[in-house]
Amino acid sequence: MAIKSLEQPSSAAVSLSKIAVSDTHGEDSPYFAGWKAYDENPYDESSNPSGVIQMGLAENQVSFDLLEKYLEKNSSDAISSGRVSSFRENALFQDYHGLLSFREAMASFMGQIRGGRVKFDSERFVITAGATAANELLTFILADPGDALLVPTPYYPGFDRDLRWRTGVNIVPIHCDSSNGFEITPAALDSAYSDAESRGLRVRGVLITNPSNPLGATVKRAVLEHVLDFSVRKNIHLVSDEIYSGSAFSDREFVSIAEVLDARGHRDSERCHIVYSLSKDLGLPGFRVGTIYSYNDAVVTTARRMSSFTLISSQTQQLLATMLSDEEFTEGYIETNRERLRRRYRMIVDGLGQAGIECLKGNAGLFCWMNLSPLLKEETVEEELALWECILREVRLNISPGVSCHCAEPGWFRICFANMSEQTLQVALARIHDYVERMRENGDK
Amino acid sequence: MEGTKKVKSQELLSKLATSDQHGENSPYFDGWKAYEKDPFHPTTNPNGVIQMGLAENQLSLDLVLDWIKANPEASICNAEGIHAFKNMALFQDYHGLPEFRKGVARFMEKARGERVRFDPDRIVMAGGATGANEVAIFCLANEGDAFLVPCPYYPAFNRDLRWRTKVQLLPVTCQSSNNFQMTKEDLEEAFQNAQKANIKVKGVILSNPSNPLGTTMDKASLRSLVTFINEKQIHLVCDEIYGATVFRSQRFVSISEVVEEMECNLDLIHVVYSLSKDMGLPGFRVGIFYSYNDRVVSCARKQSSFGLVSSQTQYLLAKMLLDEEFTDRYLSESRRRLASRYESFTKGLMEVGIGCLGSNAGLYRWMDLRQLLKEPTFDSETELWRLIVYEVKLNVSPGSSFHCHEPGWFRVCFANMDDETLKIALGRIRMFVEKGKGAKSWQRNLKLSFSSRKMATSPRIMSPHSPIPPHSPLLRANN
Repeated sequence: MAIKSLEQPSSAAVSLSKIAVSDTHGEDSPYFAGWKAYDENPYDESSNPSGVIQMGLAENQVSFDLLEKYLEKNSSDAISSGRVSSFRENALFQDYHGLLSFREAMASFMGQIRGGRVKFDSERFVITAGATAANELLTFILADPGDALLVPTPYYPGFDRDLRWRTGVNIVPIHCDSSNGFEITPAALDSAYSDAESRGLRVRGVLITNPSNPLGATVKRAVLEHVLDFSVRKNIHLVSDEIYSGSAFSDREFVSIAEVLDARGHRDSERCHIVYSLSKDLGLPGFRVGTIYSYNDAVVTTARRMSSFTLISSQTQQLLATMLSDEEFTEGYIETNRERLRRRYRMIVDGLGQAGIECLKGNAGLFCWMNLSPLLKEETVEEELALWECILREVRLNISPGVSCHCAEPGWFRICFANMSEQTLQVALARIHDYVERMRENGDK
Repeated sequence: MEGTKKVKSQELLSKLATSDQHGENSPYFDGWKAYEKDPFHPTTNPNGVIQMGLAENQLSLDLVLDWIKANPEASICNAEGIHAFKNMALFQDYHGLPEFRKGVARFMEKARGERVRFDPDRIVMAGGATGANEVAIFCLANEGDAFLVPCPYYPAFNRDLRWRTKVQLLPVTCQSSNNFQMTKEDLEEAFQNAQKANIKVKGVILSNPSNPLGTTMDKASLRSLVTFINEKQIHLVCDEIYGATVFRSQRFVSISEVVEEMECNLDLIHVVYSLSKDMGLPGFRVGIFYSYNDRVVSCARKQSSFGLVSSQTQYLLAKMLLDEEFTDRYLSESRRRLASRYESFTKGLMEVGIGCLGSNAGLYRWMDLRQLLKEPTFDSETELWRLIVYEVKLNVSPGSSFHCHEPGWFRVCFANMDDETLKIALGRIRMFVEKGKGAKSWQRNLKLSFSSRKMATSPRIMSPHSPIPPHSPLLRANN
């Protein structure tokens, strides 16, 4: 093996970049600690029935059978079809515009998700390896280091890394609370903006997630309108991360920013950008399929160039181009997927209700926003984390504490319901029920 | 009103977005545009521009396709492989599929004649070598710091290493009199210049085998380089993406081989790899970053979230690369075909008196056209290049785009086309050189060619020097 230099004192470790030594990658947050507990002792129906049940992973596993059935019937990739020229072309295809047939299929799929109420232009799509890359890329383009993006709380913990780590951009929270179902109010927007200003930060945009993670609810049209108005007034960007759009329980419940822009005759479109991905709606996080849809030509051009660092495998583009252009299949998929998620939601909400636990009224997504504040000794972050650890240790469920989502109010937890079988969900609900019973008995003593 | 709104919205973008560090405004891209407007096709557009500016390896894709046809279970989208579909669809662990990493490690070992071992746990994914190179810099340097890079170098390094990282690239001039091989003195001089300018050098980055030279570094040079970076305590990033394109001696000596045999702080050593060149699969976006430094591996792995390889692709390649009978056969056959292509191309060029830098690797030659320059200036090089693109209808890459210190060198790719097209390209070169024989008549022709280009030409004149008008039915048929 190589001979390391003997004179190297251990304290003089070779220097790395600030990015390398910072912890803005966010992996030390409690959000990820629960994962470790799960990895060490994962639940399995037969081999480990008392293991930790993973309820901290927003994955959609309820509709795989539909995809598998489709693939068995259709030879969907250039490789399976075995045609020489198409394999060759596909293997060599690294054009950062992305496969046209793939972009057209995405346009069609996104249009269907929105009930045909809006049309998407295949030329405005920029491809990225996942929404993770899309959000980072947009941040690089819309903001300079030291600037700020306003993000409503609670928000997806990964934003701390995706929007800030390598970009050097700050997140300034738009505080939302349970008094109005965590809706974004004009006052909260103004307050966040002033907050940023008082910290000497230049605000470049607002980033909303619609449907919201972790709330599991769509953003109302009226709220979209005033967020857009705010962005226009302040002359800043509006990024709408709509990766859960196909997971709204009914298509009428979800209003996309695209519809609002359409209704305004695209007067304010140049500041708007939509992020989409197939990781949630289609349950394909491994395939790394993300897109940026921008109404701003300069953003499309620059994002496209920058996507060179994060293109989608041509093999995967080809597969999805075929699958998603089959409109009969996609229509059926979207409808069935919605129904199954709605059913899961009902199951978990009813189950939690029986244990006396309330959730925020949800209508979308792969999770519920659960209110456990009645179980807290005191409404503090410390107590929330203590409760979380207790649930992890004693109930053996990994759920996500609100503090990891920057929730301003302690006691809220995100609990995922679509990444397991119905049986496992029932087991989890039974455990919760027993735990709450035990707590009640202890309280009575 | 419209115009004002647009101007206002331009100001809405970051400095990064409005800079031109993406590099696409360079004249280098004119050749590409010329190709795109008028791409060669053997039947529908035989007078179109032949693309010789794209370093792709198209010679052995049939071997890959044959393997795929013989191994249908490697696809997760058909009856044979569908059982693995769900697990792969859900697999987004940034450690990457263990079998994939093992397969990549084995392939890298074979490309180095099994002279080194790679630890699969040090293999980190990235969005192509483009992504891997950028990740390396993000790990090792801060904004304003610098990396030394020997010239000539791959043009896109300017974007990949500098654009979002805001790190500087400082050229290390390598003399043509020394066959562009970098010497210790070249490095030392560049390093000292940086010191004088108060610029913090964090490392050296280079491609070995070299793009655009097509040469590999010998062991002595690599050892000298390792000594240099250890003395200065700076990093070394070796981009070895052309490692398996070494088709004749001297054999490929990788950095991994060298550091195993000498005193070296391994924390300084990092390797970039990819399957885009060696396997001809640029579309699959398989970028690999390998580091001997644990903290760097950890940081790079976290960054890989921004550029993971599709699990569908990982699954396919895991099976392919672990099929050692296939990879052995592939590597030897690919080398044989590259050697054969290299030979016919070199012979064709020599027959018309065009020499190239002696090379043993890569998908291109570093062609010496210094004697065809009106004057030994970059303006003359650009003039000559425009002639080659617009008159000879070959998209070649001028040396200046690779930051070469001396005008007159051109990179010309030979592995991205079939044998017939290569013959046609050589034929055009022959005609061009013979037309220009005699220095004086050459310069006269240069001026004449430019003015004749502007004349409208009937589509019926099939001379290779007549540009096809944009509305020619030939062009429409091709599109």
